[in-house]
Amino acid sequence: MLKDITIGQHYPTGSVVHRLDPRTKIIGTFVFMAGLFTVKNFDAYLIVVTLLLVTVKASKVPVKYVLKGLKPLMVLIMVTFLINLFMTRGDAFFTLGPITMTWEGLRQGIFMALRLVFLIVGTSMLTLTTSPITLTDGIEHLLNPLKIIHVPAHELAMMMTIALRFIPTLLEETDKIMKAQMARGADFESGNLINRAQSLVPLLVPLFISSFRRADDLAMAMEARCYRGGENRTRMKALQWEKMDAAVLLLVFGYLGIMIWMRVR
Amino acid sequence: MNNSPMISIVDVSYEYTNVDDTDLIALNHVDLTIEKGEHLVIIGHNGSGKSTLAKQMNALLLPSSGVVEVAGMDTRDPALLWSVRQTAGMVFQNPDNQIVATIVEEDVAFGPENLGIEPTEIMNRVTAALERVDMAQYRHKAPHLLSGGQKQRIAIAGVIAMKPDCIIFDEPTAMLDPSGRKEVINAMKVLNREEGITVVHITHFMEEAVGAHRVAVMEDGKLVMVGTPREIFTRVDELKELGLDVPQMTELASVLRKEGIDIPADVLTVEEMVNHLCQLKLMD
Amino acid sequence: MSIKIDGLIHTYNPGSPFETHALKNVTMHVESGEFIGLIGHTGSGKSTLIQHLNGLLKPTSGSIWINEVDITKPGVKLKDIRKKVGLVFQYPEYQLFEETIEKDIAFGPTNLGLKEEEVRQRVKEAMEMVKLSYEELKDRSPFDLSGGQRRRVAIAGVLAMQPDILILDEPTASLDPRGRDEILEQIQLMHQQKKMTVILVSHSMEDIGRLVDRIIVMHQGTIAFGGTPREIFTQTEELEAIGLGVPQITHLMKAMNRKGCQLPEDIFTVEEAKIIIMDYLRGKQNA
Repeated sequence: MLKDITIGQHYPTGSVVHRLDPRTKIIGTFVFMAGLFTVKNFDAYLIVVTLLLVTVKASKVPVKYVLKGLKPLMVLIMVTFLINLFMTRGDAFFTLGPITMTWEGLRQGIFMALRLVFLIVGTSMLTLTTSPITLTDGIEHLLNPLKIIHVPAHELAMMMTIALRFIPTLLEETDKIMKAQMARGADFESGNLINRAQSLVPLLVPLFISSFRRADDLAMAMEARCYRGGENRTRMKALQWEKMDAAVLLLVFGYLGIMIWMRVR
Repeated sequence: MNNSPMISIVDVSYEYTNVDDTDLIALNHVDLTIEKGEHLVIIGHNGSGKSTLAKQMNALLLPSSGVVEVAGMDTRDPALLWSVRQTAGMVFQNPDNQIVATIVEEDVAFGPENLGIEPTEIMNRVTAALERVDMAQYRHKAPHLLSGGQKQRIAIAGVIAMKPDCIIFDEPTAMLDPSGRKEVINAMKVLNREEGITVVHITHFMEEAVGAHRVAVMEDGKLVMVGTPREIFTRVDELKELGLDVPQMTELASVLRKEGIDIPADVLTVEEMVNHLCQLKLMD
Repeated sequence: MSIKIDGLIHTYNPGSPFETHALKNVTMHVESGEFIGLIGHTGSGKSTLIQHLNGLLKPTSGSIWINEVDITKPGVKLKDIRKKVGLVFQYPEYQLFEETIEKDIAFGPTNLGLKEEEVRQRVKEAMEMVKLSYEELKDRSPFDLSGGQRRRVAIAGVLAMQPDILILDEPTASLDPRGRDEILEQIQLMHQQKKMTVILVSHSMEDIGRLVDRIIVMHQGTIAFGGTPREIFTQTEELEAIGLGVPQITHLMKAMNRKGCQLPEDIFTVEEAKIIIMDYLRGKQNA
């Protein structure tokens, strides 16, 4: 089940999009989102779709794989659609007791659902084309100016990296402890909500203890390798702006401009 | 280069307070000098203080009394802390809990990055370090997909990328299967013999101690024996009393001697045993 | 209690790019009261195999009979199987979670729905089996103990289920020689006194050779071969070909024979070797 979630996963192809500076991609994603939220009419979606299609094509990530990312969020998309469908006032085309559906609701429902789809596809393009570590690097660099107001940019980035590093380890560990307790007759699957919550204690306590032990070990290992925070630290792969980054940024800001123009027109 | 020994431990004690407020003595007046280029193995059962001693060697712990010097640098001097840790690197027991990054090469680069080395130099060091432990083809892999032995070799590469003079291995093979164990021991030997790196190796596996220059035995926070493997392992009965193993060939030699067979007590390997037995046969 | 496995196949993530064939047609039989050593390289399928024996994993195909009951059939209650087949995982001390040792060991029997009195009795017995004093330790936190003691508490937690079959996955990993010897000795006693069927997974050929009745060697998801330690350890080449070794003593015998001696090669303990070598040297002296 956990394998179905493609959001946040990296799909390396080595394409132009993958090679972009992570900062470009992060800024680009935010600009894309800003543009998306200014849209009021369906015709502006044409530009959004074109931009997304070009990005997906250039990234060489299979379209099917990108769309798979929508699967776990299908419920959310459906709920958005239905709420808008039922809750919007206007010309009713269907009435059954207290339930009314309106043409305006249908339009609004489709409009909002599409916005959500574009939002998910757009943001997952960021994670699909950027390895977690470069993503963290990009965030760290973008947050750097905030150090003046004491935002611990390096520490935040390091925490993210370590979290990403330990997710698979802890998943494996969860599976192991669960099996070990099941071998002692523990039942994680049946019973009511309270019973089930209680049955998690034999899983969560060992998991917490082991996470603390790992954290302790890791801190020791990092210290032994001379880790002392972000100061005076260098990076093996320094981030560098290329011409391509400038071009992409120009493109996305152009897109934002058009979006705003279409809105105020 | 100065002429001071790699690590000098003089009359070091280490006490700490337990959760229930009892004072425990983990190290009790330990003296030990480790020369440059040496391969020293420390054995002792769990709780004998060997891990505590190891952590004194790169200032992860500081002595309660006495002095630890790494290449002449006092570990208690805060100004020298990072030089001490760069000079004496450390590889730990659990391969999962010492890898920081999600890509092998990024992890190997972690140490040099902390030292503020130039990016191109880091790249060169990472390449060289991965080749040294025979892991170059895994450079872009995710560490969690590797075997235990491979993860430990990544950890070793991460240490050698910092160009240390000495590496302390704290039970690096305890959690590995026999093939993983072999991989790590081989990497260790290569570093000692070909790069001249001083190796301090803490282990339960007596077979791993056979090839060392010296063996030190710890018990109850004290160093109870120090000597060459031959000197140490011939003391079969004493080691057994401490709850430790001896190499099987040494044990066999010991039982044969008890039966009155004239075989040296310091047999360590199968080859030596075969040679001695054949000689006995020829003498008849 | 006997175990019969017939044509067991297990495939992880079937149909996906991550598809792995962990077990390919495993057929084996374990007699009631046998002491089995299960050996094989990491990734040979040992862990997958033992997790089938108490229903933690479901076979892709094939059947598993525990004492004449096919546990792969629908409708079989997993709790009944786990009562009979105790499984001690690698590093079992990491599964401890209760405030006191008594409560932790009681977790299994309580899950079986036993009465309080019966549970306490079982905890006492289980602690006795692993040589931990009930009176002294029952109210202590398991996290105050040493590594070796913690592991014994975890093993007691499985023993308190009073299984007829006990499976241990590398129970001595990371322990020092003393801790290792204590645990192995206790396992041997349980086998002898309680007539338990024991399956021991281990990488140490010395320990396996010393303890078990029969060895099963796994390789790439199949059973490569099996037999008594004597039969197995004479097949040095076959074992080395699949990344396993033989005890040092066996190596010695082989090395002597390469020098022209004619010693038996099915020897793997120091005691046996002593007798053989004494005979050999004396025989020479008499000649």
